[in-house]
Amino acid sequence: MKKRKFGLLISSVVATGAILAACGTDEEKTDSKDTSNNNTGSETNTGSDDDFSIAMVTDVGGVDDKSFNQSAWEGVQQFGADNGLTKGDGGFDYLQSQSDADYNTNLNNLLRRDFDLVFGVGYMMADAIGEIANDNPNAMLALIDSADVTASNIANILFKEQEGAFLAGVVAASMSESGKIGFVGGVDIPVINRFHAGFVEGAEAVNPDIEIQVNYTGAFDDASKGKIAANSMFSSGVDIIFHAAGGTGNGVFSEAKERKAKDKDANVWVIGVDADQYAEGQVDDSTNITLTSMLKGVNSAVIDIATKAKNGEFPGGTTTVYGLAEDGVGLADSRGAIPQEVMDKVEEYKEKIASGEITVSEEKPKQ
Amino acid sequence: MSNRVVNILVPLISVVLGLLVGGIIMVVSGYDAIDGYIALWNGIFGDAYSIGNTIRQITPYILSGLAVAFAFRTGLFNIGVEGQLLMGWLAAAYVGYAIEGLPRIIHLPLALLAAAAAGAFWAFIVGFLKAKLHVHEVIASIMLNYTALYLTNAAIKSLSDGSFKTPTVLESATLRNQWLREITDNSSLHLGIFVAILMVVVMWFILEKTTRGYELKSVGFNKNAAEYAGMNVNRNIILAMTISGVFAGLGGAMEALGTYQNASIKAAASGIGFDGIAVALLGANNPIGVFFGASLFGSLKYGALNMPNAAGIPEEIVSIIIAVIILFVASGYILRVALEKFGKKKEGK
Repeated sequence: MKKRKFGLLISSVVATGAILAACGTDEEKTDSKDTSNNNTGSETNTGSDDDFSIAMVTDVGGVDDKSFNQSAWEGVQQFGADNGLTKGDGGFDYLQSQSDADYNTNLNNLLRRDFDLVFGVGYMMADAIGEIANDNPNAMLALIDSADVTASNIANILFKEQEGAFLAGVVAASMSESGKIGFVGGVDIPVINRFHAGFVEGAEAVNPDIEIQVNYTGAFDDASKGKIAANSMFSSGVDIIFHAAGGTGNGVFSEAKERKAKDKDANVWVIGVDADQYAEGQVDDSTNITLTSMLKGVNSAVIDIATKAKNGEFPGGTTTVYGLAEDGVGLADSRGAIPQEVMDKVEEYKEKIASGEITVSEEKPKQ
Repeated sequence: MSNRVVNILVPLISVVLGLLVGGIIMVVSGYDAIDGYIALWNGIFGDAYSIGNTIRQITPYILSGLAVAFAFRTGLFNIGVEGQLLMGWLAAAYVGYAIEGLPRIIHLPLALLAAAAAGAFWAFIVGFLKAKLHVHEVIASIMLNYTALYLTNAAIKSLSDGSFKTPTVLESATLRNQWLREITDNSSLHLGIFVAILMVVVMWFILEKTTRGYELKSVGFNKNAAEYAGMNVNRNIILAMTISGVFAGLGGAMEALGTYQNASIKAAASGIGFDGIAVALLGANNPIGVFFGASLFGSLKYGALNMPNAAGIPEEIVSIIIAVIILFVASGYILRVALEKFGKKKEGK
């Protein structure tokens, strides 16, 4: 009795499985037909077959990190808008990575969807980009913030962060009332060391006796660590903190905002990084603790490389460096927080750096 | 209804229910559930590349699942698999790049052994504290997770002269295999899956076919009875944790020698060890069950990557759906009770 029931059950399970499987393939077929129709549709809509499509893979920070990845995505969107592309296949798109295990797959997925140029955002993507470039010799890839991996089909993009950070240092040292300023870094790696080096040199150019506290938190996505670092700096008398820590830096902002909200006269300022982080520093309608932000033009670099590639001048195998002279880095509008005489000083240093009169060091300063 | 039928039916119905609820979530959030599941399916089995990477994802889950399951069978909750795995990861990577001039037949097993030893040592500390000083293994192993995370981070930094990752492991120590890569369209599938399957057999053999395994299980069932029967409970606790650590350490070696070919600084734990707890529970702490639990976990985890890619569903929704499916599978007990009642009624008639 039991045996027969068991047999019946197995056969019914197998039967349902077969039916479900059949359904599955049917749907798949219609689905693939659908997408192919869509493709031809969009192609006729835009009127050309040679639309240049681009896509990007974020690192673990995610596309809305208010910093690095977001800036790259803005560049991709801008390029799409300028070229009449739509989000999706054949236009522009992004994929987010939850962990570093996802880089390979995400890059590969985008290449399989026939994007002409795929950006990997962040130094952590270097190994994955190298492997994918090796497996797909005809693909065009761009790697932002790393020249560790080079190949004829990879365009490396670097920034002279130290030059922008120098200006941030000039501002901080000129504006500090306590003579103590702080630097909160993400992971202790060459990119962040460049921010650190520039900031220290800029500050010391204005005030050789300035005290600079430094804290590398070891993470780009841990706001609580940023908050702790900012707390100990502000508590010890630091009044201006420059952060180069991605999402970790959001904790620096929240600590400063809390202090300002508690005490209107507290002299606390934060200098943002990568994108204009003015909105991050809004305490209430009339108060904002963002002094300025050191802009890193990831967005314009993305547009620049994509445009070159579109015109058949893809800079594969070479490293393009964006500095002050190329407008790749700079300071955001302070919206009146920085007095004119400091701005004049910044302008003066900016010209000196752009003209090559001052060379800013890239190496992490010795403590 | 016979036990065997129930054992097969319960996971099946749970998966279907989980998929249904996940589908409802997609529809409610305004996405096409059918497209979503087709994307998930294709992400897992769509082509050779996906299948290769799915198997690659499953591999460490099998080992972390075995580690947790083995401890559970002996009455211990090893929540420190994560830390043991990180230690194994670093040990394998270090042996993999630092020792030069060995043939692969010696170098690769040596790197695996180093990982197993590192994991075993980290778990041994927990077992020792539990047996000698009665420190609860949950507390000891959680704390050792943090210790392992920061210890390995510091070690990687000093080993690599301030970089964020160790050098790549040498050809003679890699688990990568050109043939496996070629048949799966350049996926990162590596030989580790065979190591994992071998370990499934090893765990089954230890528990079911050896006297020592019988003792370990007895301690798990009832410590006092085991002691009364003349078994050395303390020694068995230490041994159980150490063996559990061997599995965990090998899980780290899969990542070090197979997937990544190096060890890199981590801001937080990798999560493989913690997911191993769910894998072990899904597999009812049975080695074969762990294999299937890891397959489900790894497939969903890897296939989910394709949902934002092919169906445009945001990661957050995808994470919820995957969690719901696993939740339903894990709460199979409710179904089991329902099925038993249903079966009894029928037989009564």
